[in-house]
Amino acid sequence: MTLNRRTLLAAAAATPVLAGRRARAQASTIRIGVLNDQTGPYRDIGGQLTVNAVKQAVAEFGGGMQVEVLAADHQNKPDIGVGIARQWIDQDGVALIVDVPTSSVALAVNNVVREKNRAYVNTGAATSDLTGSQCTPSTIHWSYDTYMLAHSTGGAMVAAGGDSWYFVTADYVFGQQLQRDTTKFVTQAGGKVAGASLYPFPGTTDFSSFLLSAQNSGAKVLGLCNAGADTVNSIKQANEFGLTRKMKVAAMLMFIGDVHGLGLEAAQGLYLTESFYWDMNDRTRAFTKRFQTRMPGIVPNMTNAGGYSGTLHFLKAVQALGAGRATDGAAVVAQMKAMPTDDDAYGPGIIRADGLALFPSYLFEIKTPAESKYPWDYYKQIIATPADKAWKPLAESGCALVKA
Amino acid sequence: MSVTTLAPTAAPARPFDFLGFSSAQAWAFLVLVGLIIACPWVIYPVFLMKLLCFALFACAFNLLIGYVGLMSFGHAAYFGIGSYVTAWTAKTWGLTPELAILLGGFTGALLGLAFGWLAIRRQGIYFAMITLALAQMSYFFCLQAPFTGGEDGIQQVPRGALFGIFSLRTDMAMYAVVAGVFLICFLLIHRIVHSPFGQILKAIRENEPRATSLGYRTDDYKLMAFVLSTFVAGIAGGTKALVFGIATLTDVNYAMSGEVVLMNLLGGMGTIFGPVVGAGIIVWTESALAGAGSWVTVTQGVIFVACVLAFRRGIIGEIAAKLRIIL
Amino acid sequence: MSATTATANTVRLPVRGIAAVAVVVAAAVGLQLSGSFTFYRPMPLLLGQLSLGLINGAFYALLSLGLAVIFGMLNIINFAHGAVFMLGAFTAWGMATPNTWLGMIQPGLQVPDWLQLGYWPALIIAPLIVGAFGYLLEKTVISRLYKLDHLYGLLLTFGLALIFEGLARNAFGSSGMPYRIPAALSGPVDLGFMFMPKYRLWVVVAAGGMCLITWLLIEKTQLGARLRAATENPGLVQAFGVNVPRMISLTYAGGVALAAFAGVLAAPIYSVNPNMGSSFIITVFAVVVIGGMGSILGSIVTGFGLGIVEGLTKVYYPQFSATVIFLVMVIVLLVRPAGLFGKAA
Repeated sequence: MTLNRRTLLAAAAATPVLAGRRARAQASTIRIGVLNDQTGPYRDIGGQLTVNAVKQAVAEFGGGMQVEVLAADHQNKPDIGVGIARQWIDQDGVALIVDVPTSSVALAVNNVVREKNRAYVNTGAATSDLTGSQCTPSTIHWSYDTYMLAHSTGGAMVAAGGDSWYFVTADYVFGQQLQRDTTKFVTQAGGKVAGASLYPFPGTTDFSSFLLSAQNSGAKVLGLCNAGADTVNSIKQANEFGLTRKMKVAAMLMFIGDVHGLGLEAAQGLYLTESFYWDMNDRTRAFTKRFQTRMPGIVPNMTNAGGYSGTLHFLKAVQALGAGRATDGAAVVAQMKAMPTDDDAYGPGIIRADGLALFPSYLFEIKTPAESKYPWDYYKQIIATPADKAWKPLAESGCALVKA
Repeated sequence: MSVTTLAPTAAPARPFDFLGFSSAQAWAFLVLVGLIIACPWVIYPVFLMKLLCFALFACAFNLLIGYVGLMSFGHAAYFGIGSYVTAWTAKTWGLTPELAILLGGFTGALLGLAFGWLAIRRQGIYFAMITLALAQMSYFFCLQAPFTGGEDGIQQVPRGALFGIFSLRTDMAMYAVVAGVFLICFLLIHRIVHSPFGQILKAIRENEPRATSLGYRTDDYKLMAFVLSTFVAGIAGGTKALVFGIATLTDVNYAMSGEVVLMNLLGGMGTIFGPVVGAGIIVWTESALAGAGSWVTVTQGVIFVACVLAFRRGIIGEIAAKLRIIL
Repeated sequence: MSATTATANTVRLPVRGIAAVAVVVAAAVGLQLSGSFTFYRPMPLLLGQLSLGLINGAFYALLSLGLAVIFGMLNIINFAHGAVFMLGAFTAWGMATPNTWLGMIQPGLQVPDWLQLGYWPALIIAPLIVGAFGYLLEKTVISRLYKLDHLYGLLLTFGLALIFEGLARNAFGSSGMPYRIPAALSGPVDLGFMFMPKYRLWVVVAAGGMCLITWLLIEKTQLGARLRAATENPGLVQAFGVNVPRMISLTYAGGVALAAFAGVLAAPIYSVNPNMGSSFIITVFAVVVIGGMGSILGSIVTGFGLGIVEGLTKVYYPQFSATVIFLVMVIVLLVRPAGLFGKAA
């Protein structure tokens, strides 16, 4: 019996021990970990698309360094995300963690990188706390956040006459923060909030009772503070229940993949905000063409493009510092903040002291089926907000790294 | 009808007696202690700490199913509430870890008292279903209560300093504490089982009407055992929260309840070392298959089915039966 | 199974039940009159949530009916009930879009259009397929449990549920596949207080109809009589020449088919995803405990009733709506442990 338990535990010992040895032997390899939702409601936003975007960046960079890309599924659970991040850093010597959508997981992983001083480029989550109250010297937030979305989409809807809102919100830090930020812009512009329904995330696929409450509130705008499959289902059901006859729908966070899933019939006329559109200029089109060699038939959204740009910029910074310092997160990120960014996806930009990557934000309206001339021709640009206006002012940031 | 076929019957008096262990058990216990001391030097300590926390949880569950014959299918509620309470008191009140863990245990016990009192009215399958439904209720409560942080959980939980003196920041220091908690509670459970109180519990499990006719208020004894079990479950949850610095809804989910049942079924219900072995295998399978999507769930399902059909005594149970010893 | 055992001439009033209801009504009236809480809500909201609650209740009724049938005959709590509900939905989805999953097995494998069966054929064929699968399951695995303690049945079916859900999650991800509402049922109906999608009205009708058919089958036909006899005394019934083991397998298959039928009904509403069963199953357990195990009529009435209660809670206290059914279960356990329609155990 004692032999049995010993052999069992020895077998259990084998896995972690071996992994540890491998990490020590190849210290010169730079490892990048892409952590996102690969099976849940956000899998079609990031998932394999961002993994391939990061691999594309690594392949295009060259630079003579050995770079390896790891990927894992955090299943939208903070404890799983934390476990994977710890294991990657402790055992596999990962130097950079990328993507991490789902704000609750993003913040949990943020704590780990603060503790272990590794570089963290978040391109998937929305919470502005990553560059605000929870900022760290090694965290960078790319692509979008709740302030930028609320400012762009919220502001535009109010200007178009939507002065009373009802929110249907995913009940976790992302939804709550997006609702808070949008409420601020709505009330600042003179509108009011008639009410809100917060629903459990993940797992809710039937929004009928919340939509009913929205209808009965008499508000003019239905504000959807959710993302991914939740947004697609909410919009579909809003159509089914005839909500769209009396209310306008504001999808506070929506990606081109969601539009594709809904179809232009159901999605036409909706406003959304992204910081990247594949068809915006020649550089983005070239980037998309290269992206499609790995993921045919799909176009990248702003989180995938952010993964690409962020990884490229990280590799440039590591090259400048020397590969040996790749695991010193604060040093690498300080270098990233010192160098201006430039690449085909996002173009030129800078990273601010609090870790925010500053780029313009674009308000798009979804084309009608008649206006769409070729596959994925979904957006027409309505407003472009320049980089210095689109994001929360540095003075309001709340980040301890910013000297007041 | 309470479960009488799920656990092996105890053997009569043993000549060798060390802390109430038989000779085989004493050797196994020494091996266990040896492994606990030796392993963190070669295996990732965080993995071992997770293993110990779940082994403790499984032992707490085993107290109920193996020695009282009650299958609580909602034990995650107490594990989870212990986890949340410990996390919250350590973070918000700055309690030292041993106090926070104890508070977690007491909260688990309180919840166990309330739920147990409700559930004990029924037996067998009904008991299982009622405990499951009550645990689901606690899940929804934890989902919505502000102090739990909902989907985000309670994050940035500090490990603090034991008794205010010994900092637990390093993994090895924390491991020492977790190992200590595990061994203390393990011996506590063992002591409960091998006491007059434990004998009465066994009598109730074997033949409740006869125990009642002997004058024992069986419902009170069952409730007491339930509370003790939930106390240890709460301690296991609290310890886990401090190790990982986070308390989330996963700890209260019904899948967690199912996992602890599986750990006991696989290891051997009603044996002392069974839950430890079962927990070890399940936690190791989870980390080995972590990258492989939902194969963890499928594997657990297959183990469930295989154990129920062919392997009801569990690993330690089978070994003990073959070697004719008590483990 | 169900039993109305009122002896011929005595009428026993449920005194405690009437007293409890009187207390609740008095409290409600008091609250309203004292002005501290108003029961008035806009009528459209009230009616709307009640209608939605009725739809949820339809699912609760169908699923708890299947559970009650299986428990009554086999004495097994079928934890896999949620998983077969999900399998029913997936079978319907698979029948509608075969090229998707065929392409996963062998890229390029396609079937001609006429083989893509839509909603209406799926409503009949999917329960048959899943029912046949249930029959096989019973013959191979579940029949081994009859000699063991009932709890092993719970454990085994729990394991089966894990296997089915894990496999489905691996194959299709946890987010779900869209399933389109059949064209004949799409579009809303203007009920005055709200626009109700035609499809959801159909769900109530179809579920209610299926419940009625099952109840009639069990209570009013000879087959049903034999089933009920076999639950009481299988040996004697077998001595009469009835093939009891086959009847048991068919009963399990029937209960499973009911769940699969509910799954097909649910597919357009909840989006076909591997977790749809587990989110329902525990609530359905509570429904069954409230209704009383093994009572057919009890599960139907309790299912619809609790759906309505849930809908009402969404009007007054939305944050309680997930837990209200469990709260009712607690109250029922305290007052009437055998369940509202159960026999005192």
